[in-house]
Amino acid sequence: MNSKPAKVLIVGSGPIIIGQAAEFDYAGTQACKAMREEGVTSILVNSNPATIMTDEDIADVVYIEPLTVPVIERIIARERPDGLIPTLGGQTGLNLAVALAEAGVLEKYAVRLLGTPLSAIQKAEDRELFRQTMTQIGEPIPASRTVHSVPEAEAFVAEIGLPVVIRPAYTLGGTGGGIAHSTDELRTVVASGLAASPIGQVLVEEYLLGWKEIEYEVMRDSADNCITVCNMENFDPMGVHTGDSIVVAPSQTLSDREYQMLRTASLNIIRSLGIEGGCNVQLALDPHSFAYRVIEVNPRVSRSSALASKATGYPIARMAAKIAIGRTLDELPNPITERTTAAFEPALDYVVVKIPRWPFDKFPSGDRVLGTQMKSTGEVMAIDRTLEAALQKAVRGLEIGDRSLMWENEQWQNDPAAIWQHITEASDERLWAVMSALRRGTSVEEISQRSHIDPFFVQKLANVRDMEQRLLSETLTPGLLWEAKRLGFADSQIGNLADVLPARVREMRKQWGIVPVYKMVDTCAAEFEAQTPYFYSTYEIENDAPSLTAERAAVVGSGPIRIGQGIEFDYCSVHAAWALASAGVQSIMVNSNPETVSTDYDTSDRLYFEPLDTESVLNVLDNEGVPPTIVQFGGQTAINLAEPLTLENVALAGSGVAAIDLAEDRRKFEAFLDRLGIPQPPGAAVTNVDDALSIASNIGYPVLVRPSYVLGGRAMEIVNAADDLKRYVANAVQLSTRHPVLIDKYLQGKEVEVDAICDGKSVLIPGIMEHIERAGVHSGDSFAVYPPRDLHIHLEQTIVDYTTRICLELGVLGLVNIQYVIFQDEVFVLEVNPRSSRTVPFLSKVTDVPMVRLATLAMLGKSLEEMGYAGGLRPKQPLVAVKAPVFSMAKLRGVETSVGPEMKSTGEVMGVDVTFEAALYKAMVASGLSMEAGSTLLLSISDADKDAIRPIVRQLAAAGYKFMATEGTAVMLESMGIPVRMISKRLQGTPNVVSVIQDGEVQAVINTLTGGRAVLQDGFFIRRAAVERQIPCLTSLDTSRALATALSLRQDAYQVRPLWAYRDQG
Amino acid sequence: MPDLSAHPQALLALEDGNVFFGRAFGSTKDAAGELCFNTSMTGYQEICTDPSYRGQIVTLTYPLINNYGVSTIDMESVQPWLSGLVVREVCSHPSNWRATSELDEFLKQHNIPGVYGLDTRAITRHLRTFGFKRAVLAVAPPGILTEEAHDSFLWASGRAAGMEAFANECIARAKRVTPLSDHNVVGEVSVNTGTYTAHVPWQPWAPPPQHAARKRIVLVDTGAKHNIAHSLTSRGAEVIWAPYGSRSEAIRDLEPDGIVVCNGPGDPDVDAVAATVETTAALMKRYPMLGICLGHQIIALAAGARTSRLKFGHRGANHPVQDLASGKAHITTQNHGFQVDAGSIPTNSGFRVSHVSLNDGSVEGLRHQDLPVFSVQYHPEACPGPQDNQYVFDEFLKQLA
Repeated sequence: MNSKPAKVLIVGSGPIIIGQAAEFDYAGTQACKAMREEGVTSILVNSNPATIMTDEDIADVVYIEPLTVPVIERIIARERPDGLIPTLGGQTGLNLAVALAEAGVLEKYAVRLLGTPLSAIQKAEDRELFRQTMTQIGEPIPASRTVHSVPEAEAFVAEIGLPVVIRPAYTLGGTGGGIAHSTDELRTVVASGLAASPIGQVLVEEYLLGWKEIEYEVMRDSADNCITVCNMENFDPMGVHTGDSIVVAPSQTLSDREYQMLRTASLNIIRSLGIEGGCNVQLALDPHSFAYRVIEVNPRVSRSSALASKATGYPIARMAAKIAIGRTLDELPNPITERTTAAFEPALDYVVVKIPRWPFDKFPSGDRVLGTQMKSTGEVMAIDRTLEAALQKAVRGLEIGDRSLMWENEQWQNDPAAIWQHITEASDERLWAVMSALRRGTSVEEISQRSHIDPFFVQKLANVRDMEQRLLSETLTPGLLWEAKRLGFADSQIGNLADVLPARVREMRKQWGIVPVYKMVDTCAAEFEAQTPYFYSTYEIENDAPSLTAERAAVVGSGPIRIGQGIEFDYCSVHAAWALASAGVQSIMVNSNPETVSTDYDTSDRLYFEPLDTESVLNVLDNEGVPPTIVQFGGQTAINLAEPLTLENVALAGSGVAAIDLAEDRRKFEAFLDRLGIPQPPGAAVTNVDDALSIASNIGYPVLVRPSYVLGGRAMEIVNAADDLKRYVANAVQLSTRHPVLIDKYLQGKEVEVDAICDGKSVLIPGIMEHIERAGVHSGDSFAVYPPRDLHIHLEQTIVDYTTRICLELGVLGLVNIQYVIFQDEVFVLEVNPRSSRTVPFLSKVTDVPMVRLATLAMLGKSLEEMGYAGGLRPKQPLVAVKAPVFSMAKLRGVETSVGPEMKSTGEVMGVDVTFEAALYKAMVASGLSMEAGSTLLLSISDADKDAIRPIVRQLAAAGYKFMATEGTAVMLESMGIPVRMISKRLQGTPNVVSVIQDGEVQAVINTLTGGRAVLQDGFFIRRAAVERQIPCLTSLDTSRALATALSLRQDAYQVRPLWAYRDQG
Repeated sequence: MPDLSAHPQALLALEDGNVFFGRAFGSTKDAAGELCFNTSMTGYQEICTDPSYRGQIVTLTYPLINNYGVSTIDMESVQPWLSGLVVREVCSHPSNWRATSELDEFLKQHNIPGVYGLDTRAITRHLRTFGFKRAVLAVAPPGILTEEAHDSFLWASGRAAGMEAFANECIARAKRVTPLSDHNVVGEVSVNTGTYTAHVPWQPWAPPPQHAARKRIVLVDTGAKHNIAHSLTSRGAEVIWAPYGSRSEAIRDLEPDGIVVCNGPGDPDVDAVAATVETTAALMKRYPMLGICLGHQIIALAAGARTSRLKFGHRGANHPVQDLASGKAHITTQNHGFQVDAGSIPTNSGFRVSHVSLNDGSVEGLRHQDLPVFSVQYHPEACPGPQDNQYVFDEFLKQLA
């Protein structure tokens, strides 16, 4: 082993996309902490500003720059690190490290690849090398062949038969893969897999129908010490991507012999690959024999390792980072017990269940069938001492409305076949479908046979059903209630079944003394005294977590990552905990998301791993003596708890329920703004179709409609005509019976966004952000720029004035986010959110104002003045920062990709530079929208947009881009004297608008919408083809204009600097 | 176990006055013994059938037990030996292709009582803090159960009125339980005779390396786990059992190439095992010898070292041990309540500490400087636990060559 490095480059994973989420922020943050502990300087690069790892007090030097070889090379040249850790930034970081090595960059600057060597990465990642390695050490793998074409795949299937699985090489989340049951399916899936693989290679392999899917998290150090941290068993057998499977830890149906057989195999594998760090081994086990197959190895930390870390308490990424710089497991202390060493294997005395969070509540038209391509955006984890309870808690943690295991799809009422479809095909509703079948008297055996789910798991669900029946039929006694709580039933479920009000159940429970206790996650099943303040609730006798006694406050987290509520809120929750600590107040974190930094046990003084429903949070607060509680940072999840917690006499720290309610109640809010003389677009809240129609005709179409109390613009639409409005309101009734539908005049102007901090006396506005797309595109899906580019000083003053008065009058204490639209030189308030927003991390970073800290301390009673901040707008920083949204549409078949008032992006990147063009260019590169000079764009522009697109096309043509276009657009280009190839419609032979995309003849698409919602128009197919081919597809004129501006920039005319150096440039 | 009526109320009373309330499974007879805990997450059947647990009531810290049932193959000896079993939950419908029975039935068949439903983490924390305790596991006679005792919450939380007398009686009995060291537990479990033959092809993993010449190994049966014998026969050796009290002449008559002193229950430094120590002392000068667990302690005693009791023992499948020669850490299975005192090993005995526990620094292995004699405190035969340490058998067989 070489000497310990002095300076290490850590590459992050970029934006949050399906298959690569907050787990890598957790990993990167842990790695930076590890470097600091070891006295090694850390240089961190990531394009995602909404991360803790890009905080300037986590890494020693932070670069928020696009993750490309040229950019990283410039960072290396500037910083001259002596090592690079490739295994902490997910597949993105790993691929980048390989590319840097292959491009000779590492050699040129004498940068060592630390930890797992390149050869190990290649052996694990390259299908053929992996197969050879496994064959050499005698570990069985599925019959398979690497192919580069469809005919090759067909020839192999002729040998081994169907069904087969298709896995593209070097992709994440199984993009482009799938299962083929027929020759037709084989052709389709292989073709899309070849397209998805950056090296045009897929693996066709034997499909192990019904085999158990088991994972091991393994670690190895340079001295060849090997341990397994955790094993996990998938509830869903082989065939469903492990990221989309319900996962249980530890394994449940494996006897010791099977457990050890697979453990030994995993250790053999990590040794043969020569990994130094962490690694994930996926195995398939025949449920009827000792036969097994090695499916896949990830030679890096992963989503599974984050889950295993949270499930066991063992910090895999932190240890992997230390191993990478040469430390060995036996010399590293176990950070949990602080007495024993890191060379041990955690023993669990609880059960952990992970359930994925899918985006189908936002994308009802998406294909819900689960397969080898991951579709979930996030996940929840729950811990308890029975599997039933862990499962039921995890279900509550999903926050799909207040859906418990008792939920049934209405369609199933009269259609048993629909239930079976969800069970046998596997969908996001499979768990509920199994419950429904059990309630209808189907046997455990039959469900197990038809789903291949192990009868052990189905029986656990049957136990839940049995308890449902007892609660329906028996009198509620302490004994029955105790048994129900031990199986994870919520008070609300018990109330529903036993016909008692949920609040009454809670009362009875407390009267009888049936309250949860909190057990510690300590890695050692209580064998040693542990120092970790990491707890879960359970109904047992002894409480490991007596209340803290010093001054304390609770922070409610944001639950699973979903569209509209992403990692930004975890960033805020983490900072809130740190701010409390800095003020000498003990922080109590409550959250259910295993991927995140907030659920790292050393982020807060106490971590409670709990679902974020009212009952669970109240129980935690009860256990801690009902401390003041912060609900401002956990997105809508936490805000939704403001009212029920207040009703139970919990004191909220920060803005109270009155402010939250005023901001969300359309009628009250209108009166409020009237009183202040601040305009908003005309509109009203309605609860029925007639009112909606009359309001809309009064204010005039188009109108913007949305249900109240939502985040991420769920079910928000721009409606142009009465018929559409009728349809919307009729559907919306299901969405929210408690809250009305809001109808506003749709003003298509410039959208401007402000995040401010109010201490009750003054209001600090760190910065204003201007959206690049006009109003109508959801703020989360908009490009945005700081500082605003051409906001007239009088408008700026108006915005500052409005923001200040709204905050003070509303009684905001802490953070607020206000969105404005500037229409005909007048400022209108679109919405006021008295909570943190998704732009807080971005603004904190570019303005260097610690927004969450200030807000948290303000809640504790400190004034901005005391903290050294005056009210009003902060002077602009001498930089330009552009936020770009990132979508995961390629993973979601059947979903409309165009941007609009409903949010669809899963993540964001930031481009920062000294000029707008350079910042924009970097944002485009980092979000995957840039393309090489000379590329061809396919244009299909609606008539309404044709005039506006002309200068954009001219600019692109001047920059050397070529064009194909649909008929009308092509005519326009010809009239401009710009060469263009006309392409026919989809159903008019080939080549056509779809085939040129599929065949790779175009490198980007600009398609503006013709209006109407028919998804069967050409535009829909053009956009889907583009995302599946993974080429940029723009649907907004404004974004297209920005892209043209960015692409006109000479491609190396940008800066690469640490973040501080942009602010400090002078 | 959905049908609670079939599972009577039972309790676990500790000598220090602590009582935990659950439900009975397995046999409904009472049990008495020393209460310990094991942190393995799999392998409950191997734990039950490990003779080293003779005289002990075992608490399993992993809460879900019987998930995969019981199989005729996973027996580490001819029968379960522990006094009683304490678990959080007994799975009602085990699921595994090899299951031939399930735990409730299995324990009934062997007349061993169990109790489930109690807070096993609380018990573990208690033992960790206050050390091992004598305990009684008892089913409440139906006649004394009050109405409240039939409510599962009032029972489990110890709030059922009218049960104090019964609980106190059990506490009093726990105080009178004969200490482990006063039992000849080894004598009770030393039952193997003749030549060991593996009756089933039971190893799912790759066959171990074969050692050329067929060597004859005598296993001194102090309560051996069968996988010790199997680990040797599967490497091509012949294994012959010798009872724990065998004199050295009797073992010599078996013409062994090497001797293994096996694992077993209880305190090594008691009269009942004195003869075994004596025999070991006599034989270790003449034969290659391997000691495992109790066998390791016996070799230490034979070398003139002392043993002592651990506060609550090492029992689990995740114990890291460092090999002092290579510096490497190994994850091992352990099950012992006694240890060899490092400072007590006479320098002139020729033995040196070869392995230490990374958890508490205690002695985990001894090796003689000149003679082909070594011993490990942990269980290289695993079952349950990691297979990482099977190399110990290869090392031993190499010494016979």
